[in-house]
Amino acid sequence: MSASADTIARAAQPAPARSLARERWNAACRSPTLIAGLIILAFWIVCALFGADITPRDPYADDLLATLSPPSAAHWFGTDQLGRDIFSRVIVGARDILIVAPLATLLGTVLGTALGLCIGYFRGALDDVAGRIIEALQALPLVIVALMALAAVGTSNATVVLVIGFVFTPLIARTVRSAVLNETDLDYVAAARLRGDGALAIMFIEILPNVLPIAIVEMTVRLGYAIFFVASLSFIGFGIQPPSADWGIAIAENYSLIGSFWWTVLFDAAATASLVIAVNLVTDGLAAVFDA
Amino acid sequence: MILRFLTRRALLSLITLAILSVIVFLGGQLLPGDVGRAVLGPLADARAVALFDHQVGVDRPLAIQYWDWISHFVVGDMGRSFTFRAPVAPFIGAALVNSLKLAALAFVLVVPIGIAGGVWAALKVGQWSDRGLVLLGQSLGVVPEFISSIVLILIFGVWLRWLPMSADWPEGAGPLTQMKYLILPALPLVLVFFGYIARVARAGTVEALDADYTRTAVLKGLRMSTVMRRHVLRNALLPTITVVASLLGYLAGGLVVIETLFHYRGIGALIYSAARSKDFPMLEAGVLTVGAVYAIASVLADLLSAALNPRLRAARA
Repeated sequence: MSASADTIARAAQPAPARSLARERWNAACRSPTLIAGLIILAFWIVCALFGADITPRDPYADDLLATLSPPSAAHWFGTDQLGRDIFSRVIVGARDILIVAPLATLLGTVLGTALGLCIGYFRGALDDVAGRIIEALQALPLVIVALMALAAVGTSNATVVLVIGFVFTPLIARTVRSAVLNETDLDYVAAARLRGDGALAIMFIEILPNVLPIAIVEMTVRLGYAIFFVASLSFIGFGIQPPSADWGIAIAENYSLIGSFWWTVLFDAAATASLVIAVNLVTDGLAAVFDA
Repeated sequence: MILRFLTRRALLSLITLAILSVIVFLGGQLLPGDVGRAVLGPLADARAVALFDHQVGVDRPLAIQYWDWISHFVVGDMGRSFTFRAPVAPFIGAALVNSLKLAALAFVLVVPIGIAGGVWAALKVGQWSDRGLVLLGQSLGVVPEFISSIVLILIFGVWLRWLPMSADWPEGAGPLTQMKYLILPALPLVLVFFGYIARVARAGTVEALDADYTRTAVLKGLRMSTVMRRHVLRNALLPTITVVASLLGYLAGGLVVIETLFHYRGIGALIYSAARSKDFPMLEAGVLTVGAVYAIASVLADLLSAALNPRLRAARA
């Protein structure tokens, strides 16, 4: 009798937080998409970190006697118009986009989470005004907003980070806001109010940890878009600037040769595609893990 | 009651557009700091910059400039281009027509394929083919348009030689020839949108298949094809309409890259070249036009789904 009551009592106890983390970890290890995405992503991060140190040839060295040579044992991916080794350039080309896109995402996430906490917590007029502005901005494709801002302030890696970060801010704010709305009516927020905590303390100490998983998933989604935009902007000349070996720039430079020298664009295109798809797989996997 | 819904929806869109116009205006006049300096370059004489600023009117107070700009804009006077020294409006009009042709072709191709894919996945829900299709659609949706364009150009333009690599058709080409030139630029858009449309169609179908009315229809002995046609698809595809309209917003962004890549004189290429040459009146007009097209499309989509959905019609009354 007492033993069974004991069992029931033990079963009714809330699961400790560590077992939730463990459950998520186990789910992560079982997700093939997450693992595949992480492996590809890790490969490009290694390329970005070590860059020219691990390339078989100097990615910036011209060789005017071997321009536009097709893929061969000496040049696995062939050479470009200046005779530079494309395989080496593809490896080095991962660096700038993997600096700019995550920084922009981070900026947008930090600002967007702060803004979302504020408009979700205070609601009222602030929520209405912010909602209208966000809706207006959504009528415009991000590439166009970014294009306009970059035309106005000038293009550099720093302005690309700022512009994409600012463009992402309202989008992330909207997601965080709706998560905050679900929290503000809960008891722990009421308790914090009753014991006299200030609004800032409630927002950042009480509510933030509870909406963080949503912000993190949103961040990985945005990272995919950030890579998409940085690549597109670099391709049309408003993103990363030469002499970077960036993939988008390389494709723009060699695009006119596509009819005869396919290797000058195909490998950079494949690299970009593999990076965005990897981030997408990670996003997909993470969302499933946090749902579990 | 439909009329009241329409006016309410249209008014909301107007407010959105008004806010958007302020944002676009500030982007074009405030962000560059000194417009004359931005247009004429860092080496230009200070007097030339001041004269330019005065001539185009950017030395006046912002509120007056905004009023001047927007009050002319709404009656079709979009200002004068810095680059072409001519009114902006005809450029925008011609470019918009070209872009709409490309967009229409892309939508005609992607909507049936996306819906078919989504419904097919829903019928196999949980199986590997469902999961594979969803993942494929998602992955295609995140690949930038210029990347898929490059691959498609290589396959259909360079290796197979089936399709022209540029959208610049010869003078006086008929609609069929124009379409042939537009297929290759439309395909990357198809790839990007396929996943979105398929995902919504799939979600709607899964929900409808699970609904009580579907069970009733099956249990009363209707043939599966009748159940699908009359009960499942009618309910499943409504949300798809809204998504298709909202894709118009993304579409214009993709057009910037695709039109530039395929040398197509549409609104995206126009916005791009205006941004390149810092032609701010052209840039502002192009961007606001894109916003207006999006707003009109989303109102139309709401109307269409209200007209098709008796529940929504009744609820709004």
